[in-house]
Amino acid sequence: MSAPQIHIETLPRSIQLVLLLGLAALVAFPFVGSDFYLAMVNRMMILAIFAMSLDLLQGVSGLVSLGHAAYFGIAGYVLAFVTPAGEPISLYTSLPLAVGGAALAALVIGFLVVRTHGIYFIMVTMAFAQMVFYVFFDNKALGGSDGIFLNFRPDAVLFDLENKRVFYFFTLGCLVAVYLFLRRLLWSPFGRSLAGIRVNEHRMRALGFGTFSHKLAAFTLAGALAGLAGFLWAAQTGFVNPELMGFHMSAHAIMMVILGGMGNFAGAIVGAFSFEYLLHLFKDLPQIGNFNTGKHWQMWMGLFIVGLVIFAPKGILGLLARAFAQKEANDA
Amino acid sequence: MREPKVMMSARGLTKRFGGLAAVSDVSLDLWHGKLHAVIGPNGAGKSTLTNLLSGDLPPTSGNITLDGHDITGWTPEKISRHRLGRSYQKTNIFRTFTVWDNVRLAAQSRAQPHPFNPLGWLGRADNMAAVNARAERAIELAGLQNRRHTVAGAASHGEQRQLEIAMTLATEPVVLLLDEPLAGMGVAEAENMVQLLLRLKKEHAMMLVEHDIDALFTLADHLTVMVNGQVIASDTPTTVRADRNVQAAYLGEH
Repeated sequence: MSAPQIHIETLPRSIQLVLLLGLAALVAFPFVGSDFYLAMVNRMMILAIFAMSLDLLQGVSGLVSLGHAAYFGIAGYVLAFVTPAGEPISLYTSLPLAVGGAALAALVIGFLVVRTHGIYFIMVTMAFAQMVFYVFFDNKALGGSDGIFLNFRPDAVLFDLENKRVFYFFTLGCLVAVYLFLRRLLWSPFGRSLAGIRVNEHRMRALGFGTFSHKLAAFTLAGALAGLAGFLWAAQTGFVNPELMGFHMSAHAIMMVILGGMGNFAGAIVGAFSFEYLLHLFKDLPQIGNFNTGKHWQMWMGLFIVGLVIFAPKGILGLLARAFAQKEANDA
Repeated sequence: MREPKVMMSARGLTKRFGGLAAVSDVSLDLWHGKLHAVIGPNGAGKSTLTNLLSGDLPPTSGNITLDGHDITGWTPEKISRHRLGRSYQKTNIFRTFTVWDNVRLAAQSRAQPHPFNPLGWLGRADNMAAVNARAERAIELAGLQNRRHTVAGAASHGEQRQLEIAMTLATEPVVLLLDEPLAGMGVAEAENMVQLLLRLKKEHAMMLVEHDIDALFTLADHLTVMVNGQVIASDTPTTVRADRNVQAAYLGEH
């Protein structure tokens, strides 16, 4: 039958408290952190949105996409294309365009890929993402391998996104909104059906669920939310290049979701922050003799993730939940 | 006496896997309020027949009608929505969900918003009153009231078989295809299941696949015997039992 499912769906009180403390820390951070770290945490929040969008496929629906960065990148490129050289574009036109573009791409590609299963799904999502990558990489008109600069962040009229702190809080608002939306979706009729598809798609069809359209809707929605993240990324960095939709970006998102713990969106956030933190930690490792340990950060990251999967299959969130449960048992 | 209504019928149904005809030119009818039992030795093509009727497999030739619709070549989900319910010989449940969540999800299939409709992304599935009522009724019918919170994969074999039936009932079918619901059950469990089947028979057109004729003799209104993919007899149980072909080909083998 189906493989053992390693999911936490209902978040224990202790984890909810940790998330609230995390939120408080994120709200306080701009008033204490330096500009350098502000930009870094801002990027972490964007990646957390990206990781959550993948978790909808990977953790909830059991669809492991190895090409999710395509939708992240497409939205970034849409923003780059619609931003004029001499003035900013309105947030209220560029954001729907970017998210809509990513959703449309996910709808079209999803129509072709969600009919495949397992390893084939992984391969086909990757193949389409590589195609998208090379379309941008090889076309000078689309920026080519150098990418495109954006001279302005979108104009929100009511607030100034060029201000680092305002942009930070805008990103934080998006993060919280996406999280609350996805948590709600998890317990909706649609979310329960996706969970059913993950556990036993065959039975779902016998019960009358159109699993193809469910998976396509999930794929499209996940693409749209990845697009939101890509839009924010392009707006923050002022630059897009094909790397945004590359294989590494897709693979990192998968690792973030696994690292944090799948299927509950909170894990994806924790995973994105942890992954980025570890990445910087490993990159800053010192030179030992002739061996530059920092340069081989991917090796340490790989070992770390392998170790985590073996010893804590439910990710960091699962470790936390277990530790809290143990403490409660001891206190009682 | 009024003729009972034919809810489902198959004509000339054939399924070939390469050179092997797993089901060969089978015709049968399922009537409302009647139980049609299909028996035969292992490999006779009973499960393949069930899979053809439910749309899990497309037939090589022949056609199937369900409540006046020609459903030949339809997907399983579309056939299910036209109120055909089936259970599986090999237990086919959501093993990591609780018993309640299994049945609730089955019941939800009859109130499912279109997946692209954002309204279906926001409401709580737990709060769908009609769905909960349907699930509750199916749980009670199948006798699983005390197992609601058991994780399905951890339930006993008999309970998993009951769950299989409960999920099927939660979709409120008019035609029921049950593939060996008694398989592997203890005596008491099997007796309960037989009582349930007798009760369900009144409101459904039922097809029951079984290995063993004795369990079905009291239950069945109509008996079809399959051997090597072909129907060798199809009549009332008493007549079929007296049939020389059946005795030679199947019953005599015991």
